[in-house]
Amino acid sequence: MLSRLGRDLTMAEAARTPGGARVDHIVVADMVDRGSRVLDVGCGDGELLRLLETRGVDGRGIELSREGVNESVAKGLAVIQGDADTDLASYPDDAFDYVILSQTLQATRHPRIVLEHMLRIGRHAIVSFPNFGHWRIRINLLLTGQMPRTDNLPDTWYDTPNIHFCTIKDFRQLCPVVGAKMEKAVALNAWGKSLRLNAPWWFWNLFGEQAVFLLSRDR
Amino acid sequence: MVETKLKAGPDLSDRMREAETPHSHVAQFGPEKPLKLDAGVELSPFQIAYQTYGTLNPERSNAVLICHALTGDQHVINQHPVTGKGGWWETMVGPGRPIDTERYFVICPNVVGACMGTTGPASLNPATGAPWGLDFPVVTIRDMVRAQAMLLDHLGIGTLFAVAGGSMGGMQVLQWAASYPERVFAALPIACATRHSAQNIAFHEVGRQAIMADPEWRQGRYLIEGANPRRGLAVARMGAHITYLSDAALHRKFGRRFQDRDNPTFSFDADFEVESYLRHQGITFVERFDANSYLYLTRAMDYFDLAGDYDGVVANAFKGTRTRFCVVSFTSDWLFPTSESRAIVHALNAAGARVSFAEITTDKGHDAFLLDEPELFAIVRGFLDAAGRARGLGGSRI
Repeated sequence: MLSRLGRDLTMAEAARTPGGARVDHIVVADMVDRGSRVLDVGCGDGELLRLLETRGVDGRGIELSREGVNESVAKGLAVIQGDADTDLASYPDDAFDYVILSQTLQATRHPRIVLEHMLRIGRHAIVSFPNFGHWRIRINLLLTGQMPRTDNLPDTWYDTPNIHFCTIKDFRQLCPVVGAKMEKAVALNAWGKSLRLNAPWWFWNLFGEQAVFLLSRDR
Repeated sequence: MVETKLKAGPDLSDRMREAETPHSHVAQFGPEKPLKLDAGVELSPFQIAYQTYGTLNPERSNAVLICHALTGDQHVINQHPVTGKGGWWETMVGPGRPIDTERYFVICPNVVGACMGTTGPASLNPATGAPWGLDFPVVTIRDMVRAQAMLLDHLGIGTLFAVAGGSMGGMQVLQWAASYPERVFAALPIACATRHSAQNIAFHEVGRQAIMADPEWRQGRYLIEGANPRRGLAVARMGAHITYLSDAALHRKFGRRFQDRDNPTFSFDADFEVESYLRHQGITFVERFDANSYLYLTRAMDYFDLAGDYDGVVANAFKGTRTRFCVVSFTSDWLFPTSESRAIVHALNAAGARVSFAEITTDKGHDAFLLDEPELFAIVRGFLDAAGRARGLGGSRI
């Protein structure tokens, strides 16, 4: 399940600015230079892509659901119906300045391979994901002894599209494995506010409900 | 405009008249404007029959070219002058339809080599005064597109807002985008491929052999000798028609039901509904189509291989293109499967083109592009509306 239209919205993801844009989208968009070429993998209804194009970005999208493709195309966006796990391989090297994977990593079959392709296709990769190390999820597991289900992640373990949850700490450990250098990282709390920049990683891993990483090739 | 006429049934003379003096607009190209063919010869003089719908705006920026498929023609949304039936794309084109004739000026030419008024093997060879037959030069998809570009020059239309078509029409769309990128603002290739596969060439060859095996074909001279290879052309059509459908669609429509009987006759009558249906498809096709045109147009599709003209790399055909593309395929299309459309998309991606792609879920097979497919209409409408805004044609009417 690539679509962000699904039920896997986190509270912070739903948080919006007074202008109507999603806070996590603003965080991602602020990491992208004007005039660059961007591929949004799992672009949903194209909301982030459209935000980027208002900022002078030349955007492309991949989306699994045809509803998402239709909505994106009707917005004038260039979006391909496809799957992150299978279709990234067909893109040439260095085709984009940024490849974005927003709230989709946890739904891919092979997150490591997807990340490697992103860093091959783009000079930078931007990844946002819900942090499974958040204190509420930890307490949920501790107290109930079951896979955590929250208002924002309501699926049971056997029918969730999110098959590869990770924590901020887990993701940081994956970065050197795929040859990624961390350029920037932002953690958002349950209200979509950025956590203090100078906070230690354990603090982010405990209080960040989601994280956004800007990566580049470490080679 | 087309003067429609109602009659009992078409015959050969209707078809021959339509090839020469069609119920359509006709653009004549004299000796000073020959059509240079890939075969290395020039076709001259020649004519293009075409239909138009809607109005060209003063800026001449709202023209949409529709490219028809193998057995289609220029009669997109008007009554057909030979069969009396409706147009072949009335679900897609018309007032308020996705290709909206109240917003766009729609042009559909009959392709070179066809038999509805554009010069083809059924037309008269000026050198002999008799129908061309097999003396007509072999034409390609690129020749068809080159002729269409000459028609647009003739009409004073520089840039097309969009080029759209399915199947062989989609091949022309891709060729348009490759040959004349600066003249195509938006391209809609539907259910097609950048080259004809071995399987598809094989199917075409079976159809051609069926025609040529008919004694009435007379080495292609049937029009001169007053014959008509009905059976051969009907068999070709029957075979091809199966490839336009799907196992699921055939089963849904016919199953194993008997035609007007409760038990098998233990003979070779059309016991099954599906047999009866195919025979009907064959017979009605013969009424409106020229057997030699069928040979030429299937050949043109067989020869289509976009990569061949660009060092074997399809992406090179679209290098630096600024055209917006929307590629569409259908899940049950096994003639031009989704993998072919994905290959188009990959090539366009490699060329950095602005491309969208959707695979429509349907059990109707290749023919789905002609049928009532709401998802297809939604994506085409969305794509054209957005492209129209980018082109300054104003927002959606609906």
